[in-house]
Amino acid sequence: MTDGARTILQLNDLSVDYITDNGSARAVNKVTLDIRAGETVGLAGESGCGKSTLAFAIANLHAAPALISEGEILFEGRDILKMSDRELRAFRWSDASMVFQSAMNALNPVITIGDQIIDVILAHKNMARDAAWARGEELLEIVGIHPSRMSSYAHQLSGGMRQRVVIAIALALRPKLIIMDEPTTALDVVVEREIMEELYALKEEYGFAILFISHDLSLMGEIADRIAVMYAGHVVELGAASKILNDAEHPYTKGLVASFPTIHGPKVRLEGIPGSPPNLLELGNGCPFVDRCSQKVAQCEMTNPMLITRGDKLLACHVVNAEEKTA
Amino acid sequence: MTQLAKNNDTIAKLSISVEGLTIDFTIGGGFFKRNVLRAVNSVSFTLNPGEALAIVGESGSGKSTIARALCRLHKPSEGQILIGGQDVNSTGVATHQRDYARRVQMIFQDPFGSLNPVHTIRRHLKRPIKIHNPQISAAEVEERVIKTIERVGLSPAHQTADKFPYELSGGQRQRVAIARALAVGAKFILADEPISMLDVSIRLGILNLMDDMKQEGIGFMYITHDIATARYFAERTAVMYAGNMVEWGNSDAVTQNPQHPYTQLLISAVPEAGKKKKRSPTKKGDIPMRSPQSLGCPFVSRCPQVSEKCHTNLPQVKALAEDHFVRCFLYE
Repeated sequence: MTDGARTILQLNDLSVDYITDNGSARAVNKVTLDIRAGETVGLAGESGCGKSTLAFAIANLHAAPALISEGEILFEGRDILKMSDRELRAFRWSDASMVFQSAMNALNPVITIGDQIIDVILAHKNMARDAAWARGEELLEIVGIHPSRMSSYAHQLSGGMRQRVVIAIALALRPKLIIMDEPTTALDVVVEREIMEELYALKEEYGFAILFISHDLSLMGEIADRIAVMYAGHVVELGAASKILNDAEHPYTKGLVASFPTIHGPKVRLEGIPGSPPNLLELGNGCPFVDRCSQKVAQCEMTNPMLITRGDKLLACHVVNAEEKTA
Repeated sequence: MTQLAKNNDTIAKLSISVEGLTIDFTIGGGFFKRNVLRAVNSVSFTLNPGEALAIVGESGSGKSTIARALCRLHKPSEGQILIGGQDVNSTGVATHQRDYARRVQMIFQDPFGSLNPVHTIRRHLKRPIKIHNPQISAAEVEERVIKTIERVGLSPAHQTADKFPYELSGGQRQRVAIARALAVGAKFILADEPISMLDVSIRLGILNLMDDMKQEGIGFMYITHDIATARYFAERTAVMYAGNMVEWGNSDAVTQNPQHPYTQLLISAVPEAGKKKKRSPTKKGDIPMRSPQSLGCPFVSRCPQVSEKCHTNLPQVKALAEDHFVRCFLYE
């Protein structure tokens, strides 16, 4: 990542609501985030914090009951939310593609891998079927699968291979941004390592940007340049990956970092975070983390802290932001 | 065979020892070339009260099959499971079986699937207490239900007892599953990936709860694919590959000084922030299907340090330290 790289994706005050019978739940709350060309931004948080909802919003894939209620999503200056269906179809996959969490379900079980890969190519490019097939074989080789697998069905592949196929499809049109939603969560640790190594090599070669969504902070610490930590729809802390992991300041980030026993570090009793994430329908005016926070003050119950600059990070916490920054 | 066993008679009486456990499954005859799958091959270990043994491996390594055999859901094809010196599968007497079930309970991975959605938490706990203690009064049963709910950290206990599973979060449900095991007075809990489906911030709460229960003398078998939590929670760790235990012993010895090439691969695969990204020399591949006729070391197709005899012989167990064992020709 170079600091001067241009921004390719800019989210401004993006909010997504889920309309339910019991009121609307704000799953993503005024998120502002930018991704520069070639950069890897990690989006960390637990289930239900809105990280996948945010990913779906970027591809404008939401349908009722989800509603993008506020904000704009600018991809190279064009607002995705204002695009026509035709423009959207052209944008999806050729500019930004997506790798979903469960490769088991992302592939169609009744058509071959090859047909699924060339489907993407043929939909976007004016290309003969033979040429598309050859390109598909090339893509499989890129992700380390033998080209003869083009005629296999998803059930004939192992979990790791299926995830590689999904990555191959995401790479098909050489997008500038790939959104990866928990790409390795369903895989064994050794297979996860293989996929990650593949990914590092591909990124080096093709230079795409990644929005990497995961709950696994250690994995994120390996791949991400910057990390945004989300809690109950809010970005609570954002900064360089090393700063987030080694110098976390938000009580939630601190708790999350301390929730992963290390393999080599000292063996101490870790406490995790007491309580469980809040119900989005019952969020009050205060900080969403207030019920689980050990450092809360009266103000935390009343107003939701803003995400403001603190040192070289952005932080949303009344208590920490009021402290003097000691470097 | 039982290198893990402590030669202490008083402990041995209360321990579960597994000797040469082998489990074969018959799978579709004719469709596959082989029709017997060896899921677990000659595995021996001891579960001691107040201690945790972690069984670490990838999917398909046979770790859950061992837990199911310990629960008597699978019959061993060879070998035996002993508690207090008695083979748990030898006697057909119902009271003996019930007694074993009372002592050895299981917690499953998915707390959303392991509780009955139409029953309250109270009913989930009451039923096992009544089955195992037919003589006690209704008031006593209720008292035990409430006490158990409090013990797993769910409060207020009376309100929780009236709730249905859907009203609880994943972590709370897993606590109910633990309470259900405790309610009947389990001495050993077989926990099959108990935290892998929970939110990251509440995983430690469950691990710490189980850790507290160790202090009260309950023994655990902790099945996981996450070797970092194995080191955190368990005194001893056993690494499995394709049905075979390849390295085992003190958790710190196994994780800080791994000797078997597979353990080394497993440790190097654990994500660590700021880690140097270098490719491992291990060949890619899937866990092989083993049959009773399979020869050699199960890791042979992926091992970077493979030698001639690895293809034909299974290495013997080698003690590297007082409580650190490996099955690999590199150390013979």
